[in-house]
Parts: sequence; structure tokens; C-alpha cells
Amino acid sequence: MSDYSDRGNKDASITRTDNMPTLTPAHPESGPSHYVGSGGPFLIGDGMTGGYGGADILHDCTISVDKGEIAVIVGPNGAGKSTAMKAVFGMLNIHTGSVRLNGEDITALSPQARVNKGMGFVPQTNNIFTSMTVEENLEMGAFIRRDDISQTMEQVYELFPILRDKRRQPAGELSGGQRQQVAVGRALMTQPQVLMLDEPTAGVSPIVMDELFDRIIEVARTGISILMVEQNARQALEIADKGYVLVQGRNRYTDTGKALLADPEVRKSFLGG
Amino acid sequence: MDFLNALVALLNFVIIPATAYGSQLALGALGVTLIYGILRFSNFAHGDGMALGTMFVILTTWGLQAAGISFGPLPTALLALPIGIALTALLFIATDRAVYRFYRRQKAAPVIFVIASLGVMFVYNALTRFIIGPDDQRFADGERFIISARDFREATGLAEGLAFRTSQGITIVTAIIVVAALFWFLNKTRTGKSMRAFSDNEDLALLSGINPERVVMVTWIIVAALAVTAGTLYGLDKSYRPFTYFQLLLPIFASAIVGGLGNPLGAIAGGFIIAYSEVMVTYAWKKIVTYLVPETMAPEGLVQLLGTEYKFAVSFVILIIVLLVRPTGIFRGKAV
Amino acid sequence: MNNATRTPLLFACMGFLIIATGVLQSWDSALNLLNFGLIAAIMALGVNMQWGYAGLFNVGIMGFVALGGVAAVLVSMPPVNDAWAQGGLRMIFALAVGVGTIIGAIMVFRRLKAQRFRGLIVLAILVIGAMIFRALFGPARDAIEAVNPAGEGYLGGLGLPILLAWPIGALFAAGAAWIVGKTALGLRSDYLAIATLGISEIILAVIRNEDWLTRGVKNVNGLPRPWPVPYEIELQEDPGFLARAEAWGMDPVGLSTLTVKLAYAGLFLLVLLILMWLAQKALQSPWGRMMRAIRDNETAAEAMGKDVKKRHLHIFVIGSAVCGLAGAMMTTMDGLLNPGAYQPLRYTFLIWVMVIVGGSGNNWGAVLGGMLVWFLYVQVEPLGTWLMSVMTAGLDDGSALKQHLIDNAIYMRFLVMGIFLLLVLRFSPRGLIPER
Repeated sequence: MSDYSDRGNKDASITRTDNMPTLTPAHPESGPSHYVGSGGPFLIGDGMTGGYGGADILHDCTISVDKGEIAVIVGPNGAGKSTAMKAVFGMLNIHTGSVRLNGEDITALSPQARVNKGMGFVPQTNNIFTSMTVEENLEMGAFIRRDDISQTMEQVYELFPILRDKRRQPAGELSGGQRQQVAVGRALMTQPQVLMLDEPTAGVSPIVMDELFDRIIEVARTGISILMVEQNARQALEIADKGYVLVQGRNRYTDTGKALLADPEVRKSFLGG
Repeated sequence: MDFLNALVALLNFVIIPATAYGSQLALGALGVTLIYGILRFSNFAHGDGMALGTMFVILTTWGLQAAGISFGPLPTALLALPIGIALTALLFIATDRAVYRFYRRQKAAPVIFVIASLGVMFVYNALTRFIIGPDDQRFADGERFIISARDFREATGLAEGLAFRTSQGITIVTAIIVVAALFWFLNKTRTGKSMRAFSDNEDLALLSGINPERVVMVTWIIVAALAVTAGTLYGLDKSYRPFTYFQLLLPIFASAIVGGLGNPLGAIAGGFIIAYSEVMVTYAWKKIVTYLVPETMAPEGLVQLLGTEYKFAVSFVILIIVLLVRPTGIFRGKAV
Repeated sequence: MNNATRTPLLFACMGFLIIATGVLQSWDSALNLLNFGLIAAIMALGVNMQWGYAGLFNVGIMGFVALGGVAAVLVSMPPVNDAWAQGGLRMIFALAVGVGTIIGAIMVFRRLKAQRFRGLIVLAILVIGAMIFRALFGPARDAIEAVNPAGEGYLGGLGLPILLAWPIGALFAAGAAWIVGKTALGLRSDYLAIATLGISEIILAVIRNEDWLTRGVKNVNGLPRPWPVPYEIELQEDPGFLARAEAWGMDPVGLSTLTVKLAYAGLFLLVLLILMWLAQKALQSPWGRMMRAIRDNETAAEAMGKDVKKRHLHIFVIGSAVCGLAGAMMTTMDGLLNPGAYQPLRYTFLIWVMVIVGGSGNNWGAVLGGMLVWFLYVQVEPLGTWLMSVMTAGLDDGSALKQHLIDNAIYMRFLVMGIFLLLVLRFSPRGLIPER
């Protein structure tokens, strides 16, 4: 179903491929009992309808991502992008549809339980412990783990070398881009199989944004699936294996990132020409 | 010589008492600030919780004394302290289960917690008075002085005596140990770090798999330890009277706010600021000034800025100044 | 059941409780309950204005109530001319110096915005001012307190009718509230709470220790009665009254006490009704709607251009003034000012129980809560003692434990109040008569 060679950004020169870290998934052996076969996506929010209690925000919305793939949700303001992702993570109630991870139905699980199942989530704001050091942030990310975390921490430091230099500094003193790295690093500490990012580049400069996207690609190369909501639609679709354009809580366009970028309709309506 | 005498008097009447009192306030304020940081409300039952916890210690002390067990030159109350802490911790956790947990699940506004703590205050207050009564209780024993004024005078030949009471020495040493242990716990242990994480960012802590009920329970245990230690030290150093402990609420809260609510370092700094100000403003400086100035200039009055009966005014004024100048406190607490 | 039927029903129950007390215990205690209940209701009304209308958390009620009591003394007691001659003017001068120092320090602080040594200069002004103040104040105080210390030893009051003290007590409390509100409003609600707790402790410390002003813990006795309330002695000497007592077949002494208490009850009821009328009018006026709008959503109200802090200051001052009024009324009825009797649990936190139990935001609820909680507070005491004597019946009469338990049974009332508050807060958080 997914073609790994069809990654949006194949220009190796802008990614740091030398001594690239390998992030091992936490549950390499998990899943086979319910696995629906090789055809099903790794994580899918299927036909989700629901909201925060009042009127429905999502209407029959489907989001899925495959192993090692980057899926990006874009759309205009108020389209329900973040809501769709939070629904996949269990932060709001959906009354119709289901969420399946590796074939297993996890619709009824709490966000915390989903973390235990191998999902990592990076909220858009307040995504770090500002009063704690970078290292402590990473430790807290691995709170549910009882085994030795030094290996994983080493991998995160290799992925984000700046964090190693700043590991004794309170995370609140870092710059916006560094904070986002801490936030992603914290989520990686559980060794998730899926990493969900809510607008990771909100409020950072274009240069930092490019760097963050590079890192995200690196994470995906280690076999971790990425599901991401992005305001910067064009840049995000460039690195996306799969793109979802949501409008008013509904799927409007779904295709590979490349195809969406090429689609004149999408370009005109959502990418500013 | 006169200068030395003045120095000794300063040490005797200002520095030692203020340091002991500051340690007691700091321990009390740490309890308030932890509750504020983790459970996010100002606990008005803290003063009466201290009184109740100290009551457990006193009753245990009496029991030990009756059984003929003593701690040598140290007060028996120190032996009773762990039992008092355990009982108080159980009581605090039971209170949390019965009262606060419900509002936590409801995500009630902080002020509702505060009102609930008023109800808890009534209950603790009644229990204390019902069991031990409203009057002064004595429970200090052991050696009274580390250095007595007479010994000091004989040893140094100075006119001014220096008395260093055991209770003051124990207060300072215990406070240092407790604070060091607390900071070690908060900064070095997994549970301590998870408490800080919870206080820093509750949602993210939940997302990281930190169990809020466990954090809250550990917090109450620590708060019980701090409150009972503070209360026992205060009782040994001054006297035990339940109403006095209620009145301590004001300087304790002032310490916590002055230092920055929710910030443990601030609570300690605040405790000492309040204690030193209180002692210095209400101390009659006549003696020290007389030593220092030529005889003809010796003051007639007491050279006291404020009578001791107004010591609460000192905490209050410092509190108001900090609220006006820097509402987040000296060490930037969580509150605005 | 909506409030329209619920309110009269609950008030009828309250009336029944008081009448039952009269029948079962004595009419004297029933009237005592009613009178203090009415005063408590007024205090609760004042706190409800702050909490229910504006969400302000005031735990300094005791201080404002005590200020009302001071007003009663300062207005109604005859001036002690000797004391005035000995140190009155000196005292006024000393106080002027004290106030001048503070104002001067504030002015200097504002003037020297960018100065480096601003803090030090202000501190120097304050310290020097305080020294001069104490040098002037000490002798003046001693002179005043030396005048007939057994009976007077203070400046006395203005010798005016005590009814005047009621609005003046309100003014005193309003002034103190204005100072607290100016500094602590606009900050978190917890800070206002600590600030009010502090000011009330300080007010009480002043009243207890400044003998030249209020005789401190020596108490001021024999405050004059307000205008329509007669003295028992006068009644007992009035032939018309004696004839009536005989006609009704009652003991003239008992009847005179009841008459006096009834007169107070009438007076208090009148004040309460006027306050209720004003409070209800205010609540339904555009001003009241605005207050509630601010309480429910401060940010939105601020966005609409409402000066939230100023509105809060208004309501805080008004509510505290009502507490001051109630305090003056209470001291008037007691006929004495006893600073030792002011306990925060009784005069601050019990009022909070009243407001929460009654129904925050609803004036009728506050009044009902005031009367009901006061009733319980008083009646739990004999109940607790009785309960204890039943429970300890098995113990030896001479046993220390039994004596201890019976002696301390009075503290049961605090336990009951605390549990009552917690239960209402949990299971009926909007109180007996909800706002709407």
C-alpha cells in the first residue's frame, strides 16, 4: 500500500544520515494476535464522528498511517485537524467509528493506556516541563518504563545533539525550536511505534522548521510512524507520504503528499496558489 | 569589649531566636507551598493540621515518658516524632480521600478547595481541642541548654551571657536535615521528580503516565512530615497551644507567598525573611545600642519599633509590600 | 421545588425551630437565638455580597465586625475629660505624626521613581518617623492610661446616641476594607484571603492592646442602650408595666427581660429588612447584573470595558461595611466590648459556613443560613454535653477520662460545623436556597 521510496524529501544532503540513530520500537513482538493482515494500516482512526461534548466537530473522518510512514493532516483554520488527531489519541469521545492500532481496537482506551500501547503524543503547547532540566524532561517521558532508559536517551541526544549540551539546563530557558526538540525527545522516550505531533513547527522560524522536519524524517526512517498536524501545509506535504486535507471535520482530499501538492484544486484552495 | 558584648547580645536575642523561628516557619511554609504546587490550593487547614499532628507527638511523648523511655539529653518528643508523622499522614490521606479527591475529579475551582479546607480546619480544630484541650501543654524534657548564659559568662568573662537552648539547636539541625532530605527527594528520586513534573505541567505529566493519585498521596505524606516536624519544633522551642498554631497560619502563608507560592526554595527564604523581620522589628534594641554608643548618648526608651503584640503586623506588612512590588514572590512562584 | 415555594417554607421551618426552643427550653433563650441569629444573618448578608455577587474571598470578617464594636464604644461612651486633659491632644498629635510619616514615605516613594536609593530613603523616613512617633506616643498613652485605670484609663467616646454608631461602625469597616482592597484586589483570590486574615488579626491586636483607645482586655462595660430599647430596671419600676405583667400573670422581672429582647429583635429585624430591600434592589439593578456578569466571566467583562478591579473594590467595601454595621449592633446589644471574645473560628469562619450552607449568591439564602447555622451552633453544645454524658455513663463518676470528655464536649460544635459545611459543599454545593 505504501511505497517507502516515495518519500516526499529524498534529498539526502539536507538530512544528517551519517551515524544516524536507530530508535527501536518498544513492542517489537506486539500485535500479531489481532492483526488484520498485511493490507490494514498500522494505525487508523476509521470513520470517526464526535466532538468535545457539544456539537460534533468530526464527521466520518478517517485518518491512517502505516509503519515508518509520515502522514500529515492539513486544512484551513477550524477544520478540525487537531481534533482529528486528538480523537485518534483518545482525548475526545467519538460516538461513531473506531481507532485501531496494529489491528487491535483501542477506541475505548484512555490516552494514558494508549501511551502504554506504544503511542507517543506531542501537544502543541505546554509540551515540556519548563522548570525541569532537559534530562529530567526526558526521564519523565520514560516514566512508564521500568527498564534501563540510558540507551534511548543516548539515541535522543544523537538525534538532537543540542539537547546533550543543554541537558542540565531548565527546559524553560531554551529557544522555541529547542523546546520543540525537547518535546519530541520526551515523547520518543517511551520508544513509541507511532509518534503524533500537533503543529510541531508552530511559532518557530523557517530555518528551525526545516531542521525539525529533517529530524522528523529521521525518526520515521527508524520505522516509527508519524502522524502530524501542520499549519505550514506546503512544507509539510513535501515530506509526507500521505496527506489529509480536512475541511469542517470531513476528509476533503486524501492522497500522497506529492500528489496533493500537484493537485491544482488543492493548491488553489489550501496552499495559496 | 563593649562591641563583643553587643555582638553576643545580638546573637542571643536576635540571631539565634530568629534562626530557630525561621526554621520553623520555613518547614511550615514548605508544607503550604507543596500543597499549593501539587494540589493547587491554599490549605487553610494547615495550621490546625500542625496542631493536631503535634498533639499526636505530645500524646506519644507522654506515653514514652510514662513508660520510662527517654532520649538522653535530647527531648523524648524526637522519639515520638515518627509515630506522630505516621498518624498525621494517615489522617491527611484519609481527609484527602474523604474531601479533596471528589473536587479533584470534578476539576473544581481552587477556591472550592479552599472552602473545603475551611471545613477540614473546623474538624481538625475540634478534634485537637476535644482530645487534648485548648490549653498550654508542656512536653519538653532532656537537657535545657547547650550553652547556658552563666557558663558562657564564666568561660568568656563577658558581661553579656549567651544562652543557646537545646530546643533551638535541635530546631536548626532538624530543619537542615529535613530540608536537605526534601530537596534530595524532589531532585534525585523518580517519585520526587514525578511530583515536580506534576506540579509543573499536570496534563503532560498525565500523558507521561504519572499516576496523579500516587503523586497526591506522596505529597500528603511529605506535608504531614513537614507539618508535624514544624509543629513539634515550635512546641519544644516556645509552647504548645492549639490556637497559637492557627495564628501561625498568617506568618506561614506570608513566608510562602513572599518566597513565591509553589516554590520550595522560596518557602525557605520567605520563612527566614519573615522571622528575621519579625524579631528585629519587635526587639528592644536598647541594650545593644547602649553597648555601642558613648555613655552620654545611651537611649532612654526601649528602641523598639513595634511591640511584640504586633508581630503579626510585620508579616502582614512584608506580605503587602511583596504583593505590591512583585506579586509572584521573590523566587517567582506559580501564582500571578 | 423552586425558590418561590422553598424560601418561605424554609423560613417557616426556621421560625418553628425558634418557637420550639421557646416552648421546650425558654423564651429567653429563644429570643437570644433570634437576636444573635439576626445579627449573624446580617454578617452573612455582607459576606454574601462579596462572595456571591463578586466571588471575593474575605476571611477577615472578624476584624470588620470588631471595628463596628469599637465604633459603638467611641460614639456612645461619655468622654473621659481628665484623660483628654492629660494626654488627649498629645495623642492626637502623635497619631498625626504617625500618619504623616506613612503618607510622607508613600509620597517620597512615588516622587523618586528612578532614584537608586529610593528604598533606603523610604526606609530611613519610616524608621525615623516611627521613632518620633513612639517618643510622642508613649508618654501620651501612659498619661491617658493613668487616669482612673480601674474604671476608665481611656479617652472615652463622644457621648452621642449609640444608634449613630451603627452607620459609623459601617464606615470604619469600609475604611479598613478600602485599604485592603486597594492592595490585594486584582490578585489571586488566595492572596485577598491571606491579606484579609492578616488585617483582621492586626485590628484585633490593636483593640486588645491599645488600652487608651478601647481599654483593651479590661473591656468597656455599660454601653448605653439605643433609643427605643428600655432598661429592665426602668420597666420594673413603671406601674403601667407592672400592671400589665400582673394582668398577663407573668413575673415582672422575666417580662422586662423579654421586653428588652423583643425590642432589640424588632430593631434588628428592621435593619435586616432595610438591608434586604436594598440588596435585592441592587442585585436586580443594572449594577447587580454587571456584578454577576463580572463574577461569571471576568475576562469577558473586562473585554467589554468594565473596570473589574474598581467594581470589586466597591462591592468589597460595601460588604465589609455591612459586617461593620452588624458588629456595632452586636456590641450594642451586648452592652460591652470584650476584645478577648473575638475568635476567628466564631466570627469569620462560622460566617462562611452560614453563607455556603444558605446558598451563595442568594440574599435570602444567606439570611436563612445565618439564622440556621447560628441555631445549630448554639444548640449543638447542650446536645454534645448530653451525648457525652450518655456515652460516658458506663464510666466511673470520678474517672479523669469521663471528666475530660464532658469538659471538652463543647468543642463538638466545631466538629459539627465543619462536617455540616463539608456535607453541604459536597452534596448541595449551591446551598439551601440556590441563586437561581
